[in-house]
Amino acid sequence: MRIVGALLILVGTMVCARAETLITSLSNHRVLINSNYTGTQIAVFGAIERDAQTVARATAYDVVVTVRGPRQFLTVREKERLGPVWINQEQQKFPTAPAYLNVLSSRPIDEITSDQLRQRQKVGLSAIINAADFTLNRDGADQPFRDALHRLKAQEGLYLEDGRGVTFLTPEIFRAGIALPATAPPGNYDVDVTLFADTVILARTQTHFELVKTGFEERVGVIARDWSLAYGLSTAALALFFGWLASTIFRRD
Amino acid sequence: MPVSVLLILGMGAAVGFISGLFGIGGGFLMTPLLIFLGIPPAVAVATQSAQIVASSTTSVLGALRRNALDHKLGAILVAGGFVGSALGVWFFAAARRAGQLDLVIVISYVTLFTIVGSLMLKESIREFWSRRKGGAVRLRRRAGEHAPYLGWPLRMRFYRSKLYVSIIPILGLSLFIGFAGALLGIGGGFIVVPALLYIFRVPTTVVVGTSQFQIVCTTLVALILHAVTNQAVDMVLAILLIVGGVFGAQFGARMGRHLRAELFRFLLAILLLAVGLRFGLELVLKPEEPFSITTQETRT
Repeated sequence: MRIVGALLILVGTMVCARAETLITSLSNHRVLINSNYTGTQIAVFGAIERDAQTVARATAYDVVVTVRGPRQFLTVREKERLGPVWINQEQQKFPTAPAYLNVLSSRPIDEITSDQLRQRQKVGLSAIINAADFTLNRDGADQPFRDALHRLKAQEGLYLEDGRGVTFLTPEIFRAGIALPATAPPGNYDVDVTLFADTVILARTQTHFELVKTGFEERVGVIARDWSLAYGLSTAALALFFGWLASTIFRRD
Repeated sequence: MPVSVLLILGMGAAVGFISGLFGIGGGFLMTPLLIFLGIPPAVAVATQSAQIVASSTTSVLGALRRNALDHKLGAILVAGGFVGSALGVWFFAAARRAGQLDLVIVISYVTLFTIVGSLMLKESIREFWSRRKGGAVRLRRRAGEHAPYLGWPLRMRFYRSKLYVSIIPILGLSLFIGFAGALLGIGGGFIVVPALLYIFRVPTTVVVGTSQFQIVCTTLVALILHAVTNQAVDMVLAILLIVGGVFGAQFGARMGRHLRAELFRFLLAILLLAVGLRFGLELVLKPEEPFSITTQETRT
């Protein structure tokens, strides 16, 4: 047993020793959202470095870039017929679904690596959404809800997959463009870059960027959440003021 | 929620025009319109209450100047309305947690609009026919002609309205209006006014002012409670609705003076039935997308 363990560690270190390293950089680590924000684009640049001992590979490299937005607690509900009306009945909770999910790859993801590895390492949109721990109660009937989550988020432009989203500029240098729609919520975004060759993962890096709301809207949003009574009172005061203003301007007597 | 500013202003003006035309708050039209536009029902209902506050403030101030307001009756109505509002906001939050808020709102709209719309339609058609036949219909109070519930205990004298009635049915009415108002984002003027007129026989001179007084107070409370418990009030949207509505209402009111009363009521009834029908269809037709997502929490 011990020998097997030692061997495994040895194999592990050997893998590390001959490994390529991945260097990545984002064009922007902080995106400011103001009132006329209509979405933006963030570029990921990356270079693959091989140490001296490593021989050139026979197959080309593949890169998968996975962008995850802030985590949300989501409930997906299904309308079913009850007598003459359609009402929400079944539901499924997704406690840590990313608000935004974008998987970019240099080739269609099913050509890069095997099904099992994708499931295990959660590579690709469907592998992430179909992961066992993605939903709270797993009683078998969750598949339609996962599909619905995928479909609805895709319709909003928040769950994306692009099998040609990563471009190799040279065999060792690549770039990818992360498109963020205006509906992507503010918060922390994780960017995972995974390097593949011949269906095996060689290296992984993670960086982050942040979407920050600024200006008037952000202040109003914060006040509405943290000072809800003051917010309600001032909205009420505004409404009363406008009502009074209208009655003086359009006075008929 | 990216929605065009001009569209909201335009809708506010259009609904304001109609509300000025009919002398009603217009919440019952604006809230459904906002929902059809894709604004979450919770936000639509809560924000629309700000617009109701503004428009009824204008009419209360007008009524005060004309001295067309029964303070005592108004105070009783407000007392019941406060309780109703609080219950409505509480129920709103509970239904939202259970994921059935949309259903509750839609069913309530269908029921309320179908009932009130058909009653009004019936009334206006009957009025129209009797006018054709030459007989004038009038609301007149005859001595001794009272519904039994007006004689319940806790009777109170309202000098301005020339009433001596039990306050229990009045409190009941205002409780219901407060509840419905908070739940549906309507002021409830289109229910209170006919109820005060036909059930309690309050004189026409004070009925509008008094009901508007009640609406300002209860909607104000509903607005603040919505902001605190549901955080569903959108101040920017509220301002847009108010500004659009204020101007629309003025033009509507000017137009309204050239329209005949029973034609008014007929048009209003059709409008109510149409909105009710639109909601009813949504409930009965097979939805294109049976699934929906609600975000409970975002961890930033």
